[in-house]
Amino acid sequence: MTALLETRGVWQRFGGLVANSDVSISVGRGEIVGLIGPNGAGKSTLFNLIAGVLPPTQGSILFDGEDVTHMPAAERCQRGVGRTFQVVKSFETMTVIDNVIVGALVRNTVMREARRKAHEVLEFTGLAARAHVLASDLVPAEKRRLEVARALATEPKLLLLDEVLTGLTPTEAQTGVALVRKVRDAGITVLMVEHVMEIVMPLVDRAIVLDLGKVLVEGKPNDVVRDPKVIKAYLGDRHAVGA
Amino acid sequence: MDKEFAARRRRDLIIAALLAAIAAATPLFVKDVVVQNILILTLMYAGLSQSWNILSGYCGQISLGHALYFGLGAYTTELLFTKFGVLPWFGMLAGGVVSALIAMGLGYPFFRLRGHYYVIATIVIAEIGLLLFHNWEWAGAAMGITIPIRGDSWLKFQFLRTKLPYFYFALALCCLAWFVTWWLENSKWGFWWRAVKDNPDAAESLGVDVFNSKMGAAAVSAFLVAVGGSFYAQFVSYIDPESVMGFQFSLLMALPAVLGGIGTLWGPVLGAAILIPLTELTRFKFGGSGRGVDLIVYGTLIVLISLALPRGLLSLFSRPKKTGAVR
Repeated sequence: MTALLETRGVWQRFGGLVANSDVSISVGRGEIVGLIGPNGAGKSTLFNLIAGVLPPTQGSILFDGEDVTHMPAAERCQRGVGRTFQVVKSFETMTVIDNVIVGALVRNTVMREARRKAHEVLEFTGLAARAHVLASDLVPAEKRRLEVARALATEPKLLLLDEVLTGLTPTEAQTGVALVRKVRDAGITVLMVEHVMEIVMPLVDRAIVLDLGKVLVEGKPNDVVRDPKVIKAYLGDRHAVGA
Repeated sequence: MDKEFAARRRRDLIIAALLAAIAAATPLFVKDVVVQNILILTLMYAGLSQSWNILSGYCGQISLGHALYFGLGAYTTELLFTKFGVLPWFGMLAGGVVSALIAMGLGYPFFRLRGHYYVIATIVIAEIGLLLFHNWEWAGAAMGITIPIRGDSWLKFQFLRTKLPYFYFALALCCLAWFVTWWLENSKWGFWWRAVKDNPDAAESLGVDVFNSKMGAAAVSAFLVAVGGSFYAQFVSYIDPESVMGFQFSLLMALPAVLGGIGTLWGPVLGAAILIPLTELTRFKFGGSGRGVDLIVYGTLIVLISLALPRGLLSLFSRPKKTGAVR
């Protein structure tokens, strides 16, 4: 079976800065893949290229067997790409349920059905009790959850999570991890960018490490964390030699 | 929860019907022509502001150039009537369509602008429109167009002896604009518009067609405002560029909504009910030379409201935030 998502030799340049150079990755159906790497590795850029915020300078992106390299974000969403934002972007003047309805409208044209779908997603993500609260009144962890709920309401095949577990308390992060597992069990493929290694590593099936815009290592989480190249990228030469 | 939502929608509709019925009965008690005049203008501005609110309140694209669409409605109707003998009723529709098309034509380049740049563009475009009509000989240039009055006629929508038909038309326009808003509020478009206003990037990621959302809002908004312009032209029976396309109209469409509560269902009606009688009364009281006084009065009012109640007067009536009943 072909991969759900594939990037082929993707480059992204911002003026003189090369954010992604020759990145080729693939994500299989039903996988949870972690995209990790030190600050400035090009994770967010690659993420935005996949979500369709901007087209790559060079290379191509395939989703579900279709070339989506130049497809705008809204159309990719219709094809089945859902995403969250690193800096949460809730619709602040709308209630939680209304936020989610916006997402649900992608696949439900009748309002009553969109509303029903939105309630379903709020149950799934544990936000049902907060349905009629304004998004601006949510606490940060709930806002992250709302980002996920909104994206899930679009019924994606691939869910892109941009640092949803970063900045949460350990308890909140654990509930977040449980939610990601639940999402995968519902048959949705997950690609997540994360910083917090100890939380991500047990969660993901496969990890892709980016460094300086290139794919450094790719493989099982346990192998990846022991890889001298990864340790060097994160901690510097001294520690790599020690390992 | 959904029952609560449905109940609120129904309650809004019932309140609107009651208010409309009360408004419809007022001419039975109010015989004074000056007061009737004020009521007509209040209803008209309530309808206009409600229409402005669709693009600027719900969709968040603040326009200070809606006078252009108001004027286009007036001019299309009267040019068709005086030059080609087309009845104002058809002229009204034509004016609406012309305005909606021009709004979309202008939206094509300008909806790519964000924030303040869009607002500035709307002001500039309306001023350009004003200048064009000032210099357009065929359309009467600065002299304007006088609508020939041949006695009371529903067909030609002109009345000398009574103001009542104008009153009921203004009421109908106001009800139409309100109802369109009510209906769109719980539709895909309504949700898309609010999403676009709050965060276009997030909206895009959720499959919202941001550009066409704005185009749709602009078309509906411009159409309704143009119908208002046609009505106004018939009501005053003389138009010139300044009197139907002047900047004050742009302001008078925006202010009631801002005062009452921008992006809300009831804000424009509430705002107009307070602002327009106040404007007209101060103007009446201080005579023609007092033109500045009414501006001072509602300028002060806007400053006070934006300081004390930035979300408009309507926020006084909403229950505490936590119940989620705030809109």
